[in-house]
Amino acid sequence: MERDDRGLMPISESVTDAAHYPADSVYARVEGAAQKLYVDALKVFPPDVKDALARARAAETSANGIDVLDVMLETIDVAERDQNLVCQDTGTVVYWVEAGQDSPLELARIAAAVRRGTERATLEHPLRSNTVHPLTREHTRTNTGRFLPAMHYEFVEGRDVTLHCLPKGSGCENMSFLKMLVPADGVRGVKRFILDCLVEAAGKPCPPGICGVGLGGTADLCATLAKRALLRPIGRHNEDPVVAALEDELFALANELGIGPMGLGGATTLLALHIEHAHTHITQNPVAVCMQCWAARRASARVAPDGAIVYGF
Amino acid sequence: MSDRLARLEGRHLRFPLDDPDALRELRVGERLWVDGQVIGLRDATHIAMFDRGERPRTDLRGAAVLHTAPNVRILPDGRYEKLCIGTTTSARMSRFTRPLMSEYGVRAIMGKAGLLPDALPVLGEFGGVYLALVGGSAALETTQIEAIEGVEFEQYLPECLWKFRVKHFGPLFVAMDNHGESLFEAVHDQAARTLERLATRL
Repeated sequence: MERDDRGLMPISESVTDAAHYPADSVYARVEGAAQKLYVDALKVFPPDVKDALARARAAETSANGIDVLDVMLETIDVAERDQNLVCQDTGTVVYWVEAGQDSPLELARIAAAVRRGTERATLEHPLRSNTVHPLTREHTRTNTGRFLPAMHYEFVEGRDVTLHCLPKGSGCENMSFLKMLVPADGVRGVKRFILDCLVEAAGKPCPPGICGVGLGGTADLCATLAKRALLRPIGRHNEDPVVAALEDELFALANELGIGPMGLGGATTLLALHIEHAHTHITQNPVAVCMQCWAARRASARVAPDGAIVYGF
Repeated sequence: MSDRLARLEGRHLRFPLDDPDALRELRVGERLWVDGQVIGLRDATHIAMFDRGERPRTDLRGAAVLHTAPNVRILPDGRYEKLCIGTTTSARMSRFTRPLMSEYGVRAIMGKAGLLPDALPVLGEFGGVYLALVGGSAALETTQIEAIEGVEFEQYLPECLWKFRVKHFGPLFVAMDNHGESLFEAVHDQAARTLERLATRL
């Protein structure tokens, strides 16, 4: 088997050829930030998720559930001690870009920098590459490919550009669901669908994690909102009180199901349930579910106009 | 070992098994640790072996198979260095349980979240078990893998056949035994019944 001259993973594609920006530009800093975000997200556990797991451990009543939660908390500590990835699944890389409307940075170059940063993280760490052609299953070896990393853009006030990196593990991403309910199904239909999804998913998305729900919009927007819901730190509600009340109701119901940590039974099936919503068509009532595992990895970077970067979760 | 893990101490099994019937006494609910050799296989490896008839050289009699595709670094001499090794969702590879046990003599399958229910009679027929790991706990499991002793099917990297030497690997939960019991099915059936009760107050 051919190996590259650094002895890293075999490479069929190298880092994207043209950078389209000078090596001393702010975009080169963004490229470095994207590389750091991907690796950090895999290694440095978000404190809100760790706290939620610790609270779950204290409240759990099932013997299996307690054991499983202890292994999860131990794993977080070992990853920190050994500077290792928490989970071996380096995921599908998803980025949310919050672009300040007054930022002088160019989004096309930001996108190129994020792609190159993802490739460099994969090749230089090295990280397992998971990215294959959907038909031939041929590997790219870079965790990038056609339309990957998945990029989402939103526009906000201000002069900063914030990058949110969400390396999404496949165990939970495979537990994604969409249903085009109709208005006559009502909110009751929405609740039933979400609970049905949780029972079907059972232990497969590595519970207890976050259930991301998209409500409304079109089919594609609804699914995107379900993923966006996973960016929100645990403990924050949807800003719309009607939606927030549904989050509380469904979260409580979900934890009555008894699926428990890793599906081995217990009181903790979810650490949180987040809903993001959009307006929708008078004939439609779409709902999407995107599960996040207990290793709910995410990392963010805020880029100022002068290229100063602040990291967070 | 941390206090957290010391509390989970329990019986150890060594693989490969000398006695192919050694796992017949195991029952769901027991917590175990594994020593010896573990064979890593993943989607592409199973598909190559059973859908395309590509046979590995490794003797899998009495083996424990782990559903995994690791993070590794290839060293200049061609060997592989472990970086991060954990497990994946087993249900995707459930249909290969029978040929793994009947054609190759595998006796234990390790992964997360369980095989599909139709694997239960196969486990019963061959005296096999499904041992559940805690998904996502790869940083911990990596410390329990002493060496990568061999690799086959490198063309499917990272989905090769990996031979891992392990010590104190786990904890593992006997989640599907060869007496027809599945912890996952029990939990799932209970959840489905609870959902019907909850549905009345939605």
